[in-house]
Amino acid sequence: MNDTATAKTPKSPSRGTAAPLGLLRAVPHGGLIAGLLILLVIGLISSPDNFATSSNLVSVLALASTIGVITVGATFVIIGGGIDLSVGAAMALASVWATTVATQEYGPVVMAICAIAVGTGTGVVNGLLIAYGRIVPFIATLAMLVAARGLAQRMSDRKTQLVSAGNSSIVDLSTDRVLGVPILVYLFAAIVAAGWIVLNRTTFGRRTYAVGGSPEAARLAGIDVRRHTVLLYALSGFCCGIAAIIIMARTTTGSSTHGDLYELDAIAAVIIGGTLLSGGRGTLMGSILGLLILTVITNLFILNGLDTSAQLIAKGLIILAAVLLQQRTTSA
Amino acid sequence: MPQPAPESVPLLRMRGIIKQFPGVRALDGVDLDVRAGEVHCLLGQNGAGKSTLIKTLAGAHQPDEGTIEFEGATVSLGSPVAALRLGIATIYQELDLVEGLSVAENIYLGHERSRFGFTSPSGAEGAAHELLRRLGHPEIRPSALAGPLPAAAKQVVSMARALSYSTRLIIMDEPSAALAQDETDNLFRIIRELTAQGVAVVYISHRLEEIRAIGDRVTVLKDGRTVATGLDAKTTPTGRFVSLMTGRAVEHVFPPRPSREAFDDRPATLSVSGLTSPGHFRDVSFEIRAGEIVGLAGLVGSGRSEILEAVYGARHASGTVVLDGRTVKGPPSRTVRLGMGLAPEERKAQGLLLDQSLQSNITLSSLGRFSRLGWLDRSAARRESERLIRELDIRPADPHRTIRTLSGGNQQKAVIARWLIDDRRLLLLDEPTRGVDIGARAELYTVIRRLADSGVGVLLVSSEVPEVLGLADRVLVIREGEVIHQGHAGDLDEHTILDMIMEGSRAA
Repeated sequence: MNDTATAKTPKSPSRGTAAPLGLLRAVPHGGLIAGLLILLVIGLISSPDNFATSSNLVSVLALASTIGVITVGATFVIIGGGIDLSVGAAMALASVWATTVATQEYGPVVMAICAIAVGTGTGVVNGLLIAYGRIVPFIATLAMLVAARGLAQRMSDRKTQLVSAGNSSIVDLSTDRVLGVPILVYLFAAIVAAGWIVLNRTTFGRRTYAVGGSPEAARLAGIDVRRHTVLLYALSGFCCGIAAIIIMARTTTGSSTHGDLYELDAIAAVIIGGTLLSGGRGTLMGSILGLLILTVITNLFILNGLDTSAQLIAKGLIILAAVLLQQRTTSA
Repeated sequence: MPQPAPESVPLLRMRGIIKQFPGVRALDGVDLDVRAGEVHCLLGQNGAGKSTLIKTLAGAHQPDEGTIEFEGATVSLGSPVAALRLGIATIYQELDLVEGLSVAENIYLGHERSRFGFTSPSGAEGAAHELLRRLGHPEIRPSALAGPLPAAAKQVVSMARALSYSTRLIIMDEPSAALAQDETDNLFRIIRELTAQGVAVVYISHRLEEIRAIGDRVTVLKDGRTVATGLDAKTTPTGRFVSLMTGRAVEHVFPPRPSREAFDDRPATLSVSGLTSPGHFRDVSFEIRAGEIVGLAGLVGSGRSEILEAVYGARHASGTVVLDGRTVKGPPSRTVRLGMGLAPEERKAQGLLLDQSLQSNITLSSLGRFSRLGWLDRSAARRESERLIRELDIRPADPHRTIRTLSGGNQQKAVIARWLIDDRRLLLLDEPTRGVDIGARAELYTVIRRLADSGVGVLLVSSEVPEVLGLADRVLVIREGEVIHQGHAGDLDEHTILDMIMEGSRAA
């Protein structure tokens, strides 16, 4: 299915006791797919009337698309050996900047370009601080998180900015449907497909694995590691810009409160997907499956009218279970 | 407190110690007797097994076979803590102080003086001061941070840490490497005081003059075996030490080299002049002609690897590096584009992406060649890796196999294969045969010579003098960051080079 999955040499099939694990290992992302299927079955049983409806499944995908796009960028950064905590704040800033009165005058296309430019800009600043300023990624992007959130509050004066009626074609991304599915879900799918191609079929992708796997070996092999680092964070910022467009479409607003704690959901999805936080290993499909698992859990709790606190506890347990299961399947 | 062992029984007695690592038998029957109150020196070339032996004594490695007796009783050194409890302390070459802790905290690290889990800073500092005073350094403040201390003071702190256990035996691995002359004199004074108190010292150094100055008896290791023991450090002639250390059991087969006149009319591929990096090397100048293999011979820490990195642009240095008539400067992404390639010293940490496939590792530096507008042509990359895997006979010949699972020799071939995709002008090889078994070595030698014959210049670093002599056309001898001799490999022999490296005497 993809290069890294094959690069992990298949270990000799496990004997006796661990037969189910062996099966999960044989299929790429077998454990994640199994987990998702189990959740779907739980959904069918617990909410037979609500869960398996097309409108509910579509809303799950629409819900997933905002963080999903961010997760694509986060997967690149984490495989490249870094971390980006600023994604939620960058998205909020991009949504606020794109919905200011001044920007809205120029119409929806400029709003979209503005969101992408602001998102990419925060990523470039992160990348420069990390690659050339030698600030560790955690600190640099934490500073960006705080600063971008503050700038968004200042620009919007802490008010929610509505997308004006004249720019409703932004909102159409959420309301217009093709084959019953909102356009923004197609946008999400397109970003995932593009991300997969870049990660697995381009020199940029191969270099990302190299830089994350061993920055020193990559540098001595003649790769410009610092330039690549800047590009990785710029890519993450770009994804935040796209996510800002999606959140404007879904909520018809730009706000400094958008995307709160999205960084943690994105990182959780990447980890559940089997990407090492230390870099050099991981897959994009894993991250997306991880995100779908998290989103379906949220959906199940909402459908069953359960408290958000129970939801958070369940998410925490899922993260731990996923990581423990992966340790079992990758060692052995 | 254990009683001092009677005179007849040595403090430490090791017999038939064998330690096997994957692919290499690091210790192959080592015997060692150390008496209380003596300075016992270990002598041997790089790879002779000194470090493994030290780590065995420190409890960091467990021997596969053999017995260790300490103070007359058979002991098992299962962990560093077990060794320390017995009274065996080790001071490693790289001083291992925690920079952010105080001197006293460093000394009692791991066995903090505490009551009910609460540490008592003043008590520890008082005891630390007592230890430092005993070492003749009452001026080192126990409350000072360890980080900013000069190297000599750090060494005293390491020694105080060793003494903070009831130490009967201290192992010192090249303790003078980081010290200036007067600091070395002080180190010797401390060692004499310790031995006067009955503490034994195992002292490792490459410098014969130090061994003569401080040592009592010498044990020589070669190829993981004890070849001589109990030699008198003061009176044994240098020539005897050197011939015990050399004269190896296995002779390597080197490919024939071209006549020395063959390079006279060739253009210089690389010319380096006045290359200087303070603290590492000074005023290094040399040339490599097209197709020539130049070897750097010198001890670990003499600046060899740093010179390679500076030529490659991976380390900042003043002076000029000219490749094919063009002045070049780093970073490596540029020098690689101009035709350089490096096989680094730490193959696993610096050379390879261990979790990735053989193919990913081979194509790492020339991804641009297999791509169009960034799009990777995977079948072209695969064909080219398969060609190189065949050409260098890398086994198993599966481009998708994770490189971690390959043997050292095959991993090294993959690093070299990386530089065979695009035409290279200059290859820098740092310890290319470290951890590579005998058979694979001969193959690597052939590959390297074949590359040179195709016109590539090669700069080779190796700790093994016979390898430099057998493979290189010309040899530069490096000692403490300076080129002390340049000559044709045919005019030099192992004795001469070892003499120069160890004594620093300039050959005529």
